[in-house]
Amino acid sequence: MNELTAESLHLWRGEHHVLRGVSFSIAAGQCLQVTGANGSGKTTLLRALCGLVPLESGTVRWRGRELSADRDAFHGELSYLGHDNGLKADLTAAENLSFATRLKRPLQTGEVSAALERTGVADSAGVALRRLSAGQRRRVALARLLLTHAAVWVLDEPGSNLDAHGQSLLAELINAHLTTSGLAVVATHQSLNLPTPQVCPLALQ
Amino acid sequence: MTAARNEAARADSARQSLMRAAWALAQRDLRIALRRSGDTLQPVGFFIVVTTLFPLGLDPQLSLLRDIAPAALWVGALLSSLLALDLLFREDAQDGTLEQLALCGLPFAGLLVAKTAVHWLLTGLPLVVVAPVLAGALGAPASALPGVLVALLLGTITLSLIGAIGAGLTMGVKRSGSLLALLVLPLAVPVLIFGARATAQAISGEWPAGALYLLGAMAVLTATLAPWAVAAAVRIGLE
Repeated sequence: MNELTAESLHLWRGEHHVLRGVSFSIAAGQCLQVTGANGSGKTTLLRALCGLVPLESGTVRWRGRELSADRDAFHGELSYLGHDNGLKADLTAAENLSFATRLKRPLQTGEVSAALERTGVADSAGVALRRLSAGQRRRVALARLLLTHAAVWVLDEPGSNLDAHGQSLLAELINAHLTTSGLAVVATHQSLNLPTPQVCPLALQ
Repeated sequence: MTAARNEAARADSARQSLMRAAWALAQRDLRIALRRSGDTLQPVGFFIVVTTLFPLGLDPQLSLLRDIAPAALWVGALLSSLLALDLLFREDAQDGTLEQLALCGLPFAGLLVAKTAVHWLLTGLPLVVVAPVLAGALGAPASALPGVLVALLLGTITLSLIGAIGAGLTMGVKRSGSLLALLVLPLAVPVLIFGARATAQAISGEWPAGALYLLGAMAVLTATLAPWAVAAAVRIGLE
C-alpha cells in the first residue's frame, strides 16, 4: 500500500515549538497541501519528513514501515524540491539534469531533452544555469522531478518565480503525477488547481 | 536459499548504484573545476609562492636552505590544503545540491568520499606534482625526491580527509576560515611532524622508512574512519 502517514510529530527549534503534534495520512493519488503563515513551520515539516531535520517525537511511516527503520529505501522513492533548486550554476541545464538522474538510476538518451521540452525550457538545454532567469531555473528543477521517476514528491513553494503559464504547468505536472498513483506533499499559499478529492489540506498554526 | 540469493543480488545492485552515482558525481565536480580553473589552481599557486618566499628572505646558503626545506614544504602544503577546503562543500550547501545528495537514497558517506577524492585530485595531487621543482629550489638533491614525493602523496591524502570533516562542520558558518583552521590544524600536526621528518631524512640521504610507514598508517586510518565522520558532520551542517 503506497501510503505516507505521520503521527503526532513534534519538533523544537531552540525555544520555539515549531511542530505541535502534526498528523496526516495520504494514499497514492493524493496530495497534501500544507498551508500556514510565514514562520509556521511549513519548510521545517517538509524537511523533517525527508529526514533532513531530526524529529523530537512522532513517527512517519511509508508503505507501513517506519522511516527511521529504512530511510534509504524511502529516499530512493523520494524527489525533493526545496527553496533552492539543487542545480549547479556552472553547468548547463542538460548537464545538471543528466547528473541528477544518474544519481538515482541509469539514464537513457533523449530523456533529458524530453523533460526540458515538457517544462518549456528546451531552448535552454545548452545554456549555463547562471545565465537563466529565476523562473527558467525553477522550470529546470521541475524537469528534474519528472526525470527522477519518484513515487513521492515533496515540494516547497514549487510555484515561486513561475509565471502564470508556469503555474498551470505545475498544476498539470502534479496532476499527472497523482493520476499515475504518485503522492505529493506541497507547501504553498497559492491554490494548486487540482480536483478537490485529491487534495488533503493541512493548516499549520 | 532464494532469500539469500535475493539478498546478495540486492547488495550487488546497491553497490552498482553507488558506483554509478559516485562516478557521475566525480565527473560533475571535475567538469565544474575545469570551468572555474582560476579557483581550482589557487591552492597550488599559494603553495608555490609561500615556499619560494623562504629562500628570498634568507641567506642564500645551500646548507641553510636544506635545513629549512622540510618545514617550508610542509607548512606550505598544510596551509594550501586548508585554503582549498573552502571549495569542498560550501557551494554545494548553498545551492541545495548537497541536500539532493543526502536524499538520493544511497550511502551518504560513499558519495562524500567520491567528492573528497576529486577534491584531493584537484588540490592535493598538484602539490605533489610541483614539489620536485620546489624541493630543488630549496636545495634538496635529486636523490631525495622519491622520499619527499611519497611523503607528500600520503600526507596530502590524510590532510584532505581530515579537512573534509572540518569543512563539513563549518559549511553553515559564514567567514569560517579561522574557525576551520582552529579545528583542522591541531589534527593535522602529526602529518606535519612525520612529513617534515621524512623529508629531512630524505634530504640527508637516508630512506625515511619509519616516517613513511607512519604517514601511510595515518592515511589508511583516516581513509577508513573519516568517511563516516564527514557524513555525520555534513548532516549536522544541513539541518
